Amino acid sequence: MTKNRHGDSENDTGIRYVNLYEADDKVYMRRITGFYQRLRRYTGLPLLAGFLLMPWLIIDGRPAMLFDLPERRFHVLWLSFGPQDGMYLAWLLIIAAFLLFTVTVLVGRVWCGFTCPQTVWTQMFIWAEFLCEGDRNKRMKLDAQPWSSKKVARKGAKHGIWLAIALVTALTFVGYFVPIRELLVGLVTIDIHPVAAFWVFFFTAATYMNAGFMREQVCKYMCPYARFQSVMYDKDTLTVFYNYIRGEPRGPRKPTDDRHEKGLGDCIDCSWCVQVCPVDIDIRDGLQADCIDCGLCVDACNTVMDRMNYPRGLISFTTEDAIEHGHTRVFRPRFLAYGAILAVMLGVFAYSLSERLPVGLDVLRDRGTRLYRISGHEVENVYTLKINNKDRETHTYDLTVSGEYPFEVEGYRALPVEEGEILTVPVRVAVPREALDEVKTSVTLRIEARDDPEIFTEHTTTFIGPAPRGH
Amino acid sequence: MSTFWSLWIIVLTLTNLALLLWVLLANRKVAVRDDEDPENRTTGHVYDGIEEYDNPLPRWWFKLFIATFIFSGIYLLLYPGLGNFPGLLNWTQEKELRGHQQQAQARFSDQFGEYAATPIEELARNPDAMKMGLRLFANNCAVCHGSDGGGNWGYPNLTDDAWQWGGSPERIKQTLVEGRQAAMPGWSAPLGEEGIAQVTEYVLSMAEREHDAEMAAEGEPLYNRNCVACHGADGKGNINLGAPDLTDDVWLYGGEPSGIRQTLRVGRNGVMPAQGDLLKDDRIHILAAYVYSLSLNYDEE
Repeated sequence: MTKNRHGDSENDTGIRYVNLYEADDKVYMRRITGFYQRLRRYTGLPLLAGFLLMPWLIIDGRPAMLFDLPERRFHVLWLSFGPQDGMYLAWLLIIAAFLLFTVTVLVGRVWCGFTCPQTVWTQMFIWAEFLCEGDRNKRMKLDAQPWSSKKVARKGAKHGIWLAIALVTALTFVGYFVPIRELLVGLVTIDIHPVAAFWVFFFTAATYMNAGFMREQVCKYMCPYARFQSVMYDKDTLTVFYNYIRGEPRGPRKPTDDRHEKGLGDCIDCSWCVQVCPVDIDIRDGLQADCIDCGLCVDACNTVMDRMNYPRGLISFTTEDAIEHGHTRVFRPRFLAYGAILAVMLGVFAYSLSERLPVGLDVLRDRGTRLYRISGHEVENVYTLKINNKDRETHTYDLTVSGEYPFEVEGYRALPVEEGEILTVPVRVAVPREALDEVKTSVTLRIEARDDPEIFTEHTTTFIGPAPRGH
Repeated sequence: MSTFWSLWIIVLTLTNLALLLWVLLANRKVAVRDDEDPENRTTGHVYDGIEEYDNPLPRWWFKLFIATFIFSGIYLLLYPGLGNFPGLLNWTQEKELRGHQQQAQARFSDQFGEYAATPIEELARNPDAMKMGLRLFANNCAVCHGSDGGGNWGYPNLTDDAWQWGGSPERIKQTLVEGRQAAMPGWSAPLGEEGIAQVTEYVLSMAEREHDAEMAAEGEPLYNRNCVACHGADGKGNINLGAPDLTDDVWLYGGEPSGIRQTLRVGRNGVMPAQGDLLKDDRIHILAAYVYSLSLNYDEE
């Protein structure tokens, strides 16, 4: 019985056993410089800096971005949200989805190649790999070597840097949920909350595994984006293409050979495009679900084309239509429709955010034994108010009531409501019995912050009384 | 759980696990006939000219499957899952619940206990304590007294200054801890319908309301004989007996002449249940302060 490298076995009966599970080959990325490599770096760096610095930023005396889970308060820049603002999050996610559709239709998976954390962190880890173990060939050689003190030192240094990056990442991430200054002080004085400690450990491990070992496996098998990109692409979507018309038939040649004489295309079959690929595909096989549109093969191929004195762009960011017909239609109905929907949603979202009231009021009629209460000459209804202070300061609210009849508020207790607090407070609304000539009418309760007349809201509810006399 | 059902569950669970493991391992490799095209990696399925690749799954998926088996093994060892076997951790839902309850209790007694030493008059003006009071009242008292404390027919209004059992902080707290039982007997038999009508007119005259002077004069000796002991000669009532003041216009069971007559006929036995065992001292202290504060607002209005 013989075994191949995939673990498949074969015997003399003519039956082969094929392993259903196969370990993907380790990807040894060749380092390449070029336009897209630099673009990748300069899109990744500011995002990384933003991620790292955001928790340190202070606005209104609190972290600019803090998701306070125990208190159910989410502070984002100048606004604070509570669980009742969940609709904003839902809409934000819907808008993000449409943004993804719009961008994908137009320029393919640029998100994956240039901005996705998976890409950015993998890039950092590969940088550490390059620093400690050298480029592709050296790394392959090192891995093939038996263990030596040199190998241990190089590998150790690499994993050390990886773990350091992972730890900083985890601390920063947890810093979005626990004020990062407290977190770091706690870490130094070993007085860290066990939950925070667990998540720091968890995200360190996850970052280390993800960017160190999983890498393209995440894109291929975990991320759903690759799986539905095909329904968003069309013939005019900008993506990385190998110009097979120009390139084929491919084949090796000497720089001095005339390719036309030999009947060859421009592709010299050097396989650089495969060696630099972070997801280990051959772009010359055409558009694939695995491709993250990072453009590194474009850089690699252009470098080779320059050396061969061939025109650049054998592999390039282009569209299927451009290769086949020489032109690309940018403004197609699909893109315009996505763009229009996106613009409308963004507009409505921004408007509703700017119109968001810093106070909420809910009114519940008392579900007591009776519909109303007669007290002396007055008819009373009791309401329970839920006053939700969504502002960032403590406010005390004054209550007024209005309606068709001379309603008055009784027994309202104006208590200070803290930021994010929901105060439940009962009130009586009374009206002289002789003034009321309806069984059912409506009243409007209005609360206004004592210190800021701009902060107010109102709620209309029903008022029930006895059948008017004389009916 | 009886031994049979315990064994039943253990056997079922372990058989299932073993079967799943067998399915996973037995299907790890697939037999392919050698004479087939070794280069052909498609499944052979063709849809509209589209062929399906038969690519292998990543090996780390297989490892994840194995990890789930290891997880279930450890889980079944530590936690109850195998019939009557309680697990090495001896974990139960009840223990978990009790732990949470203790935590909550510790947290709340910190919060409520903070005010235990503050006098009720002072506490009634503390906004934080009153917020707690609001919630305690809403959960425990609002059902009868209304969420505003304004009362209902048969349940006293707590926001006015008429107190059947006394409105001092101490009396309010006592009412909460011990409860109250009022005992107004029915007078149908001793007084008769005419006597009841006469006493009603007399009571109306004490409150300086519209009444029949003749009947009231007849009712006065009846009142002095039968009602004075509790309600007093002047009708001002007695907070120690829970006898209400008859001269104000606060009527727990209706102040119309017909209502008063009905009260005299059948008697009234209002009950305030004792809260001492339910709510514990520190909460009752805050609640007493809140109830006290209800009429405080009334005085200020």
